[in-house]
Amino acid sequence: MIEFSNYDILRNLLFATQWTILLSLAAFIGGATVALTLTAMRLTRNPAMQRIVRVYVELFQGTPLLMQMFLCFFGLSMLGYEISAWGAAILSLTFFTSAFLVEIWRGCIDTLPKGQWEASRCLGLSFLQTLRFIILPQAIRVATAPTVGFSVQVIKGTALASVIGFVELTKVGTMLNNATFEPFKIFTLVALIYFMLCYPLSLYSKHLEKKFNVSR
Amino acid sequence: MLYFSDLLQYSDVFLSGLKTTVELTVLTTILGVSLGTLCATARQYGNQASQRIVTVYVELIRNTPFIVQLFFIFFGLPAIGMMLSPWEASMIALTINLGAYSTEIIRAGLGSISKGQIEAAKVLGLTFQQTLVRVIFTPAFEKIYPALVSQCIIVMLGSAVISQISVEDLTYAANLVQSRNFRAFESYAVTALLYLGLSILLRFAFNTLGKRLFAYRTSN
Repeated sequence: MIEFSNYDILRNLLFATQWTILLSLAAFIGGATVALTLTAMRLTRNPAMQRIVRVYVELFQGTPLLMQMFLCFFGLSMLGYEISAWGAAILSLTFFTSAFLVEIWRGCIDTLPKGQWEASRCLGLSFLQTLRFIILPQAIRVATAPTVGFSVQVIKGTALASVIGFVELTKVGTMLNNATFEPFKIFTLVALIYFMLCYPLSLYSKHLEKKFNVSR
Repeated sequence: MLYFSDLLQYSDVFLSGLKTTVELTVLTTILGVSLGTLCATARQYGNQASQRIVTVYVELIRNTPFIVQLFFIFFGLPAIGMMLSPWEASMIALTINLGAYSTEIIRAGLGSISKGQIEAAKVLGLTFQQTLVRVIFTPAFEKIYPALVSQCIIVMLGSAVISQISVEDLTYAANLVQSRNFRAFESYAVTALLYLGLSILLRFAFNTLGKRLFAYRTSN
């Protein structure tokens, strides 16, 4: 049997943290891209498009992330589409992230007075120009704090990828636990590493919120 | 090809899983919101020490994944002498998790009650208890009720993870069925829809309850 020193445990956990970070980044970028598309669809004021977005949000906010992962991983392969744990994790986390970001951004855009759209229309700006020069610059300022805050949820969401066998921080934690039988120490360390990843983001989000409220 | 009819013979497995999920959700919602109310009150009106303890608790829970909290409670605590059944461990984990999030939400509600209201209540001769219930808690909860409901639903969905420590909830049922008949897609799709139905139902139930709880608004 291999002996694990404290140093070995920590080294393995920190190595696995890289995968947690990578998965979080991939999910966040994927989710933001999809959310941007969905936000644009919603803003077109086409009822069919808006309904699609609403159903999408309801579907992915109303079902557990774990179930989405199972569907992507086991479900898709049973239907004949081979997918790796990495692929399934990114796919399901992208759905999850985008469904929440679309709602967050919707709230931010809705806080802008409707008169701005109408004024832009009167000034002869096209839809895209209104978006580019009037709406987005203001909406981005409002949206930064809650978006950074939500990135914490994405990092925490990646922990579920351990269940479908993707080797990241939580998975390595359970593997080390099976090898060393020191669950108290190992899960404390795992929790601490997650905390060190998430807490700075939480603080930054709070800081942005304060800054924004002062400038208003 | 999809074969949803293969799932019909397992309907009682799904139903018993659904029952466990609903039971745990109801129980942890009551316990978690109570814990949150207690902590939020301590954080808002308590002394410095209790404020600091609550802050540490809230930040620790909010910045770590639920599955790690669950594993810590289920696998970690027995190592220091606290044996827990899977059911007990999940109930504690869910309560602590919801407690932390609802503390943040309820505190925001308490923060929105201006000091003048409390002083006015005192001047009008309301007792401490009356002030607490009618002047502080009722308006505070009314303000944050939608956020609180959303959080309860998020915790209900998050409870899918407890299947990993072999609590026989809805997700456990889905895993069991797909391991029997290899209809993974069908099994998980049906389960996802059941969760969706549950979250819509829960929202409806909470909204109905909310109308009851805050009915005093419409009477004047």
